[in-house]
Amino acid sequence: MDAFQLVAYFQDFQLTWDYFLDQLVAGLTLGSLYGLIAIGYSMVYGILKLLNFAHGEVFMIGSYIGFFVLTWLGGAADPSLPIVVVIALMFLAAMVGAGLLGVVIERFAYRPLREKRASRIAPLISALGVSFFLQQLAVLLFGSAPKQYDAFSFDSGSFFTSITIGPFEIQYMQLFVITTTVCLMVALTIFIARTQVGRAMRATSFDLEAASMMGIDVDRVIVVTFLIGSALAGAAGVMNGLIFQNVDPYVGFQVGLIAFTAAVVGGIGSIPGAMAGGLAIGIGRAFSVGYVSSSYQDVIVFVILIAFLLLRPSGLFGTPVPQKV
Amino acid sequence: MTAPLLELRGVNKAFGGLQCILDLDFEVGENEIVSVIGPNGAGKTTLFNLVTGIYAPDSGDIRLDGESIVGLAPHKITNRGVARTFQTLRLFLNMSVKENVMAATYGGTRASLAESILRLPRARREERESRELAEQKLSFFGQRLMGYRWNQPAYSLSYANRRRLEIARATATNPRILLLDEPAAGMNPVETHEITELISQLREEGGYTILVIEHDMHVVEGISDRVIALDHGVKIAEGTYEQVATNTRVVEAYLGTAATERK
Amino acid sequence: MSETPPTQPEPTGPRIGADEWVARSDERAETRGGISGRVRAWYERVPKPAVFAVAVAAGALVPLLTAQTENDIYFLRVGTVALVFALLALGLNVAVGFAGLLDLGYIAYYGIGAYGYAMLSSDKFGLHWEAWLVIPLVVAVSALVGLLLALPSRRLVGDYLAIVTLFFGQIFYIIATQGYRVSFLGLNKDLGLDRANWDLTGGPNGIANVDRLGAFGLTASSERAYFYITLVAVVLVFAVLTLANRSRTGRAWRALHDDPLAAQAMSVPVNWLKLLAVGLGAAVAALAGTINAALLQGAFPDDYNTQVLIIIYAMVVLGGAGSLAGAVLGAVLVSVFMLEGLRPQTPIGDLTGNGRWVFYGAILLVLVTTIRPWRRLAAILGGIAAFGVVVHAIVAATTERGTDGLLNTAPDTFEEGGPLGWLIRQWLALPGGTYEVGSRTWFNVALVGLIALVLCMTLVKGWMRDALIIPAVWLAGFVWETRLVLEASGPTRLLLLGVILVVVMVARPQGILGRPRVEIV
Repeated sequence: MDAFQLVAYFQDFQLTWDYFLDQLVAGLTLGSLYGLIAIGYSMVYGILKLLNFAHGEVFMIGSYIGFFVLTWLGGAADPSLPIVVVIALMFLAAMVGAGLLGVVIERFAYRPLREKRASRIAPLISALGVSFFLQQLAVLLFGSAPKQYDAFSFDSGSFFTSITIGPFEIQYMQLFVITTTVCLMVALTIFIARTQVGRAMRATSFDLEAASMMGIDVDRVIVVTFLIGSALAGAAGVMNGLIFQNVDPYVGFQVGLIAFTAAVVGGIGSIPGAMAGGLAIGIGRAFSVGYVSSSYQDVIVFVILIAFLLLRPSGLFGTPVPQKV
Repeated sequence: MTAPLLELRGVNKAFGGLQCILDLDFEVGENEIVSVIGPNGAGKTTLFNLVTGIYAPDSGDIRLDGESIVGLAPHKITNRGVARTFQTLRLFLNMSVKENVMAATYGGTRASLAESILRLPRARREERESRELAEQKLSFFGQRLMGYRWNQPAYSLSYANRRRLEIARATATNPRILLLDEPAAGMNPVETHEITELISQLREEGGYTILVIEHDMHVVEGISDRVIALDHGVKIAEGTYEQVATNTRVVEAYLGTAATERK
Repeated sequence: MSETPPTQPEPTGPRIGADEWVARSDERAETRGGISGRVRAWYERVPKPAVFAVAVAAGALVPLLTAQTENDIYFLRVGTVALVFALLALGLNVAVGFAGLLDLGYIAYYGIGAYGYAMLSSDKFGLHWEAWLVIPLVVAVSALVGLLLALPSRRLVGDYLAIVTLFFGQIFYIIATQGYRVSFLGLNKDLGLDRANWDLTGGPNGIANVDRLGAFGLTASSERAYFYITLVAVVLVFAVLTLANRSRTGRAWRALHDDPLAAQAMSVPVNWLKLLAVGLGAAVAALAGTINAALLQGAFPDDYNTQVLIIIYAMVVLGGAGSLAGAVLGAVLVSVFMLEGLRPQTPIGDLTGNGRWVFYGAILLVLVTTIRPWRRLAAILGGIAAFGVVVHAIVAATTERGTDGLLNTAPDTFEEGGPLGWLIRQWLALPGGTYEVGSRTWFNVALVGLIALVLCMTLVKGWMRDALIIPAVWLAGFVWETRLVLEASGPTRLLLLGVILVVVMVARPQGILGRPRVEIV
């Protein structure tokens, strides 16, 4: 193939501005998902210096909770309540359920290790165990075949029709996901900045020992952190069902890795960084699917992770903190 | 005067906005015992970290025996002859007393993993030599770390014995210069007196050059050829103990300006 | 430069004082702890070479005790698989146990060994190289890959290293399953090559018809041969790693494990040692991979995925990270009792009552090791037994018997699980339709109840939590009998492995044969 043919091939479709914007919107939608999950990773790491491998499975369970609420209310094609109410209930149930799951995990798998002053690796291995347990539990209970959200049937398919905002063509679903994410982020930011508990969380993530000496109930702060992070992951789970139409037990592991990369890229420990990282990875993946090939999107994510870990381990928004010897 | 063993010229180190070491010039001659004093946060441990390669200076030079060691990896600097102890005690707690000391002989031995596995002559010889060296270094502390103690895990040692073990471990690297970071911290008067004697012994019998960070002025007075005082990363005095202890700036740094005005 | 030579190697005074008391803490730890403490003390005193010799002899005798019947070949195969896992567990112990590195990509080296052997000794590319050439080659390549992967990761602290290695394991799996249509970005034809893509790894179907191990004219083709080959490999690797652990390198690894910063200050080249640990582990894993490929006569990607990685980790953690004997013990225990023992309709599955011994035994073990003092433990165990019997009696008195009834407590209707199964059924009150696939309502109800109970347990403390343990254990038994035991060969056994990882870390981080570690906080 010579140069002219190459250009012609691309010009046919892929190099159009519209296509680019399509991919951008898809990337933002996907990135919102990753960002919400990445926030949970970042928050927990910021306080406990722990990589919560089980977080991806919490996301997966949230996705299933959303599915069961949807089915219980009649399914996407013929819901017994107005669609808005159905979706709101799905989110509510998923966030509450996932949040509680996160709290239980912390209580049984991580806190005893903290109290026993175990090594750095012990909580990681425990997290691996929890992750595996939840994944196999889901296979046992729900089967390994994917369950269909069938969100196409919402309002006879109108959920996926596109509207035009300026240069963008954006589906209702995508718009919904992005705006919900923005609302959640705003709520979270206000919570952290203005409330007593939020201040306590910031103090604890800065220096756990000092915070406990200043009268902050560190255990309570940790529980709240897991609660919020897991609830956000639960919300992301419902979004996952809406975007991809289905949920299976293995999605937690795969998406968990990607969201973790997002947290690192954005600067682990930083909440806005996590969202920024999520958006970056989401857009990166969308472009790689759109322009390269879908088989290698995971490899690209891996390359991005390695690059950041080697060149800028503190991520985009993290501050490099030297270790005091 | 022969060339100094350790030399710092114009060394600067900042972390973010905080300048920890500012334009520091510093010398330690062969076989000297030099003490570094100063209030907390003066930059003393940072100084040690710079010399041992844990941090790299932002600018300036650090020379050991005339050769620059800036930018070298910490284990290479140790191989050149710099050994240290830590302010917060960093032993290999899960290894035995003897193993702690033997671990420090790694740089002085050459046998590869394959040679060790096949128990080739060089590996066997080096293993025996490491063991003997460890026993010798441990014997420096009298009976406290001897005999059945050799096989006790390090976490079972008392605090004072842990400090002694750390010093023994450092000497097992066969260094030219020993950096002791608050060796008498947390010790009662009897133990403090022992440490003072020990440091002198290390110089007399071991021939080491010693750089000590200390807060306890009795120790400083008892051992130092020279004393250097730091405050906020800057050298504010240098000289004999008497000279430095009565220096106005030093008194101010420790006690505040009102103290000097009242004098 | 002269030092005072030691005048007396032994202290002459009486062994008293605060220092002394602290130094004797190990001895005291051994004498407390009742039965398990005594067993442990005895084990510490037995000379380890004797234990090693006995274990090897026992292993060597296994094939001789079996004749050539169908069943006995099955036992032999179970043994060989257990030994392959033992090899893997030993290799993982180098990075995780000795050096304290969390290598989550370990499974990739196992896969490289298997696929490497499969590519060089099969019809795939028409190469039929002999084992004496292939095995060292593949092992060396794997070690090199390990070194290269660890190279950019060497500056990463434990957590980040874990993620990077985990990713690498994923990438390997992707390459293995996607490697049947490899091309230069889809442009093969345009570049003038005659094939649109190459099939390198066989994709999801893997590589089949792999040669048996063969060298110098001899071919290993019987089950017995493979058992002995793997046994020899395990013995060799065990010996090599023991010698490595006792060398200067082993000391350096342990120093790096305890405190990397102090190790560096004591002349230990920490980065190089990390590479060495990963590389050595990779070599052992590749050896296991070649044997596995020859054993199965194929290389299939699902044998080298994350699930298997978790299985190996469970083995090492259970047996005791840092202990080579522990790694072998963990591998044998998990492989025989969990992987085989939970398979129904197999000899070992039947032996374990289809996993009942494992499940109930594990629950009992957890209760016994985590609840102290013994009075509280006795009260809880008694409560559990009494609770079950009482519920059983109430249900028996108030509901219809018979297979269609709501709750069926007729013991002779079921024959599952032998005497242990019978005993359990006296303690539980099982619905009609139990042990039949498809009857799930009661299971779902009980599961929800169990989850709710566990949630409540997180909220209360003290005696209330102890009280909640009783119905929770009963419900766990109920859940097991009505559903899990049926599907024990599938997700259940993997689920239990996850539980093992968590429970061991929480209750006894040093595993069975490991030594308790003190960490710098």
